[in-house]
Amino acid sequence: MNQLAIILARVLQAIPTIFGIVVVTFLLTRALPGDPAAYFAGASATPESIAEIRGKLGLDQPLPLQFVAYVKDLATGNLGQSISTGQPVATELLRRLPASLELTLFALLLSVGVAVPLGVLAAVRQDSWVDQLCRFVVTAGVSLPTFFTGLLLVYVFYFLLGWAPAPLGRLDMLHIPPPQVTGFLVIDGLIAREWGSAWSAFKQLLLPGITLALFTLAPIARMTRASMLQALSSEYLRTARAAGLSSGRVLMVYAFRNALLPVVTTLGMVFSFTLGANVLVEKVFAWPGIGSFAIEALVVSDYAAVQGFVLSMAVLFVLLNLTIDTLYTLIDPRVRIEG
Amino acid sequence: MNRRQLLKSAGALAAGASLLPFLKTNAWAQSGSTAVVLIGNTINSLDIHRPGTNRPSYQVAVNVYDRLVTFGTRKLADGSLSYDYDKVEPELAESWTFSPDRKSITFKLKPNATFWDGTPVTADDVKWSFDRALALGGFPKVQMGAGGFVEPGQFVVVDARTIRIDLKRPSKLALPNLGVPVAVIINSKVAKANATAADPWAAEYLHRNPAGSGAFKVERWDAGQQLIYVRNDKWTGGPLPGVQRVIIREVPATATRRALVERGDAHLSFQIPNKDAQELAAAKKVKVTGSPIDNCLYVACLNQNFEPFRDARVRQAVAFAIPYDQIFKQAAYGRGVKMWGAKSAKPATAAWPQPFPYDTDLKKAKALLDQTPYKGGFEVPLSYDLGEADWGEPAALLIQESLGKIGIKVTLDKVPGANWRTVALVEKKLPFLLENFGGWLNTADYYFYWAYIKGNLFNASNYDDATVKQLVEETLHMEKSDKSYDGKIRQMIQKAFDDLPRIPLWQPTLESAMTPKLQGYEFWFHRQVDARKYKLG
Repeated sequence: MNQLAIILARVLQAIPTIFGIVVVTFLLTRALPGDPAAYFAGASATPESIAEIRGKLGLDQPLPLQFVAYVKDLATGNLGQSISTGQPVATELLRRLPASLELTLFALLLSVGVAVPLGVLAAVRQDSWVDQLCRFVVTAGVSLPTFFTGLLLVYVFYFLLGWAPAPLGRLDMLHIPPPQVTGFLVIDGLIAREWGSAWSAFKQLLLPGITLALFTLAPIARMTRASMLQALSSEYLRTARAAGLSSGRVLMVYAFRNALLPVVTTLGMVFSFTLGANVLVEKVFAWPGIGSFAIEALVVSDYAAVQGFVLSMAVLFVLLNLTIDTLYTLIDPRVRIEG
Repeated sequence: MNRRQLLKSAGALAAGASLLPFLKTNAWAQSGSTAVVLIGNTINSLDIHRPGTNRPSYQVAVNVYDRLVTFGTRKLADGSLSYDYDKVEPELAESWTFSPDRKSITFKLKPNATFWDGTPVTADDVKWSFDRALALGGFPKVQMGAGGFVEPGQFVVVDARTIRIDLKRPSKLALPNLGVPVAVIINSKVAKANATAADPWAAEYLHRNPAGSGAFKVERWDAGQQLIYVRNDKWTGGPLPGVQRVIIREVPATATRRALVERGDAHLSFQIPNKDAQELAAAKKVKVTGSPIDNCLYVACLNQNFEPFRDARVRQAVAFAIPYDQIFKQAAYGRGVKMWGAKSAKPATAAWPQPFPYDTDLKKAKALLDQTPYKGGFEVPLSYDLGEADWGEPAALLIQESLGKIGIKVTLDKVPGANWRTVALVEKKLPFLLENFGGWLNTADYYFYWAYIKGNLFNASNYDDATVKQLVEETLHMEKSDKSYDGKIRQMIQKAFDDLPRIPLWQPTLESAMTPKLQGYEFWFHRQVDARKYKLG
């Protein structure tokens, strides 16, 4: 089967979805209570100065005209200017999305590295101490709010012990960000051979990464354990054991690979909600991510920024779903994606 | 790719990740001439005139640009420093003279005043900058108007070093208003070179590239993260700053800011919550300075559109039922200036703000309410801005509880920040609300102009009184030295005592925590970082 054609078809299918999202976000942002013109006119504004600002923002136009202007801008790749941060939305997203992605991916890497082995072991040694540990970690992970874990880690590792660097965003004050290639500071630092910057960026990444990892550990570990248990009690596994295959081969090849599918699904879901849900972590660690940008924009009815954020997230999710679907076919030959 | 390759490459990736190089950084010694300042908000522009520029960005105008004049410094009772409203001092202007009828002020610029690019500051730059403040509209225009500057024709270039400002009427607000952040002097040659037909005032350019003559230049701006100032060693506006560099870092979480300043990784955490201030001051590890904010009050407004509040006795009953002391402890954490419990019902002085003659006295409140048609009580929503919830919420809860005791049933109404201005100040339709107006220009008449005159923005109570209107009109531009001034201000304050459209809860403070090493921290009416006097001891 021609995979490329399928992927292309999937991308084409996403176009109506994205157009729908464009319309809905446009209408929803306009339906937000609050008047950005009054807000941005600032203290001691007069009706005239508010009207002036409204004119400058183009908000005195009727809605359909505003929409046409917006779509026209979109078509040329112009996402507009965020009034709350004063930067073009595209620039803002290009800078903040990698920050969020770096943090989220790093956290997921950590989380998968711990959760999957833990889940597998818990399933193999059911009710042993590993299983209890798994249960404990999972319960703690879901029940501790991220800002609390974050503050606790800052308190212990930065404030009390002084091991972690100051929670001041992506780089400490002594380093200058390396030239942007991927937008991931650790990788960019390595590419530019600025070892100091890369190391500093990595250290800055640790605490927020661990905070998020603790939060995302739970669903992944639980799902791994559950699907492993299911695989372990299946008929084909009994057959494999009866056939005298080595226990390692039974476990890794027959059980684990079959258990992997739901884990990947969970991973996709966890990834998407983490990207949006790490606002609190961003706040605690002064991380210039996309979540806090979106929240700030929403609070002050910054239309262009909210629209840009939702749109970029929509595109990201379409790509993510596509990746997950493609991964399915690689993990399990029985799964086929339909064009 | 098939599944075998995928699993193999996943393994390789994991192995690669574990081999991340562990390298040491160059140990940069923290230099003694760089101050690190933490703020909780975001700076969204380097140009104060641009529409949409937010309040935290005003500090750029303060540190990077000069004005014609600035204010002196005074020491407060607790030893901390504050600007001195009554002492106007030269910044770019060397001297100024009033015409005999006080309807125009002529400024002579300092002969050695230069912009960063080395070109001299001329009267043309001053005029261009003031014209720009009016032309771009919005807040700068309103603030310029407060000093009586409403049209470009008022700014007259006499010669390269002399500029005359003509006033429509003599006003005591004119000169101080040239020392506010919006009255910055911009390098007009640089700006004009970067202006376009669509953008004649170079708003796009100056938004990112300041062009001034101030004490600091912007070395680096990472929007949403940090701003780095570097000293302008040729500054002529005042004594050279004591620090070479100032790093302004944006850290939204107050707990993180607190940890950073306590650990000594930052020199100053600017504007911290009162709760942190109280605890940090008690712990004594860092220095905490709480400066009373001039001409600012946290008040409960009683809207005259709401039927029961039209009755002065009802308003007084509310004033006697508010649990001031409890609010001061639980909402202000004991940090602020008490504005209740004055002994005499008549203002003893013309000082503003001053305590109102009300204290918590539920019996008196009940008795007053019983004289009115509302003796059985009534129901009223109390609104507050969610952006101000740190003090608004505890204050509102305490008021709710206490008013309940005299039969007034209060419901709480939280309004999101984006709506607040519209419903509270523009439409003025909230019956009962908590408000926090403060005036930059520190005179009582200025406060009354904004908060007690019908139709003006901060008069959220819709208060309308002919006497107060008359008094404000007479005093707003009158010199403080005028013989009748004090008497008129006292009369005005008396009306505020009796009519009570606004019930003061307390006068807030601006709290900041700093390492003992940092000196020269000074409170300014604009409530932003002014790093020009910072020194690291």
